[in-house]
Amino acid sequence: MRWRIEDTPEQAEFRKEFLAWVTKNIPAGWAEALEAGDEEKFAKAYSEFNVMEWNSVIGGAGYAAPLWPKEYGGLSGEVWMQNVVREELARLRLPLFGINILGIGLAGPTLIQHASDEQKKRYLPKILTSDEVWCQLFSEPGAGSDLASLSTRAEKDGDEWVVKGQKVWTSIAEWAKFGMLVARTDPSLPKHEGLTYFICPMKDDNVEVRPLKQITGASEFNEVYLNEVRIPDSQRVGEVGQGWEIARTTLMNERVALSGLSTSPESFLGGARKDPWKTFVESVPNKSDTLVRQNVARFFIEREAKEMTSFRAAAARRMGEQPGPEGAAGKVFNADMNQRQTSFAMNAAGPAAIAWHPDDKLADGRARAFLRARGYSIEGGTTEILKNQLAERILGLPRDPQADKGVPWKDIKRS
Amino acid sequence: MTNVPGIFTAEQQELRSLARRFLEENSSSPQVRSLAEGAEGFDEGIWKQMAELGWQGIAIPEEYGGSGYTFTELGVLLEEMGRALLPAPFFSSVVLGANAILNVATDAQKKDILPGIADGSARPTLAFVEDAGRWDQAGIGLEASESKGGYQLTGHKNYVIDGQTATHLIVTARLDGKVAFFLVDPAADGVTKTSLETLDPTRKQARIAFEGTPATLLGDAGAEDALTKTLDQAAVGLAAESVGGAQWCLDTATEHAKTRVQFGRPIGSFQAVKHRCAEMLIEIEMAKSAAYYAAWAAAEDEQELPVAGSLAKAYCSEAFFHAAGTNIQVLGGIGFTWEHDAHLYFRRAKSSEIFFGGDDYHRELIADRTGVTA
Repeated sequence: MRWRIEDTPEQAEFRKEFLAWVTKNIPAGWAEALEAGDEEKFAKAYSEFNVMEWNSVIGGAGYAAPLWPKEYGGLSGEVWMQNVVREELARLRLPLFGINILGIGLAGPTLIQHASDEQKKRYLPKILTSDEVWCQLFSEPGAGSDLASLSTRAEKDGDEWVVKGQKVWTSIAEWAKFGMLVARTDPSLPKHEGLTYFICPMKDDNVEVRPLKQITGASEFNEVYLNEVRIPDSQRVGEVGQGWEIARTTLMNERVALSGLSTSPESFLGGARKDPWKTFVESVPNKSDTLVRQNVARFFIEREAKEMTSFRAAAARRMGEQPGPEGAAGKVFNADMNQRQTSFAMNAAGPAAIAWHPDDKLADGRARAFLRARGYSIEGGTTEILKNQLAERILGLPRDPQADKGVPWKDIKRS
Repeated sequence: MTNVPGIFTAEQQELRSLARRFLEENSSSPQVRSLAEGAEGFDEGIWKQMAELGWQGIAIPEEYGGSGYTFTELGVLLEEMGRALLPAPFFSSVVLGANAILNVATDAQKKDILPGIADGSARPTLAFVEDAGRWDQAGIGLEASESKGGYQLTGHKNYVIDGQTATHLIVTARLDGKVAFFLVDPAADGVTKTSLETLDPTRKQARIAFEGTPATLLGDAGAEDALTKTLDQAAVGLAAESVGGAQWCLDTATEHAKTRVQFGRPIGSFQAVKHRCAEMLIEIEMAKSAAYYAAWAAAEDEQELPVAGSLAKAYCSEAFFHAAGTNIQVLGGIGFTWEHDAHLYFRRAKSSEIFFGGDDYHRELIADRTGVTA
């Protein structure tokens, strides 16, 4: 795709400034190696790159969160600045948020909108510099798509809340200092009304983080057990009972800020490999075979159509339009495409896809990608939930009848 | 900011709403059905009104009597025409005819022919495919020969869109083995036209035989590139039409799902129905992107046209076909009747999918054009 949006003079100026700043803060020869396509030289520059230091430096300079107010370390900037920063970082194969992706992308915007001034002063600057890493304690074994039905309890005890329950699918929990926590403070109210939002300490003896071994054999996520964790009332965000509204802010930022980004450890480190499409095409054998060619072309077409749709959406937002259906539509589309593409890559490889020499990294990666892809249609909003949203919000189709509407949470049927 | 790719300007949006209003009045369901039943397949009066609005000449350069806009504006019109299933020789004369002339003809020939297309008096069509039904250049077998200071054609063409009513035939032929375009008067000696039964009654087709028929060479022989470009532009045009047709299918299915009640609920509240509608929406969003990108490439980026055109053709025609089929399913029994328009879109979708190369054909072109090599 060759659609491009020209910078306005103001945007071009900001891009220039940012690039000058970046160049000063990455190893010498980095940008030149990329420009020349010299992978060897790039590998050398990358070997001198300290990702933790980089996270702290770009955060400290405010570029990691241009939209945040200046008083909390941001640039008090506009949406386009965020786009410029992302474009340049991607081009230079630099990590965007680093390890604190959930802190900067989710916790920060939520606190900016709902927290007290004291809380903002206390937490925001250290999120930005990654001195304090955050995770998200939302999903539970019994509350997936129906998040508002969650059952982790928080009970008031003097100036503290005592929290008991289990969270799951928590990335980054093992490194996090704080977690965004939604817990039930009043079970006698309907499910959306009895929730409250907390800042949960993660380095606490009563917080137990267990790696969750997933379908690929790796552990990108954790289970988090909250065994009567005591949280001071000063770490409550917003009012008691306002938790669902605040959680929605977090979720909205998850869709907007993190769409298309991965929380896998590889994505924190920068230095990403070359064009994934080229890598895919090169990895497919028998490309003179008609069926193979048909499949490769189909994936090319779908990938391009998806890119063009993202571009259209970005262009519309630059023109000041509200986001349309493209976020949810793109996610559903991508998940399905990835599942088919990774499955095709297995078939194309034949027996080499199902058994390989222990040193064969390519085959190992192919199998992992094939297995990992099953998660894309589940995590961050299942395909079914997103199709409901598209049909209801964009097409205006009527909602499903809700069996739990207006019913006190404690009386709702649960599995 | 103006002219951001993928975003329509105020003027382009105005063109779209004007086209929508005009077509609602002049290409309504009863009008489409009555024209579909007739032999001519279009309404002269409406055709003239379209010319007065400047539609036929919208993308023809001003020096040839047009208004000098681009494929992007043409794409807007085609999308609306596809939505309204307009029965008119617009695709044949404007997308195929005018572009073929622009791509191959001499300046004098352009000055001679294009102003007529722009003012609606000339309705040329492209006669390209033959009985074998091949959409590539290798399928051209019709022979041109030279004698007595002129050219004659002998052979046949098939699946010629609006071939029965076109005022000019632009015929591809072999001249000393090379691809050449010829202009033929449909009333000339040795021309035999046979109207075909068509799956899509809103788009007429004919088989045309030539027997020593006099013809004028357009530009020079060796016009392989001009032909490729014309076919790529045709792909872009059909993609735009298909997006409009697909959107009609989605709108129709959605409206029905909101109002049709079974088991005491609107059927659109059942996920089995709701999700099919969402799937249509997703595919159509992607199809729009592909179609707009292709129109942009046809207007602004000639190098990108071959990939963008095939991409849009393959994706949009499949999306249209899916939407047309899903619409019938969501409509249920009424969708299976002759009375409901759903089948007209279903017929158009399959017909457009096959015209100028099916999805498989364009995917092979994509593989070839993006360098997928063993």
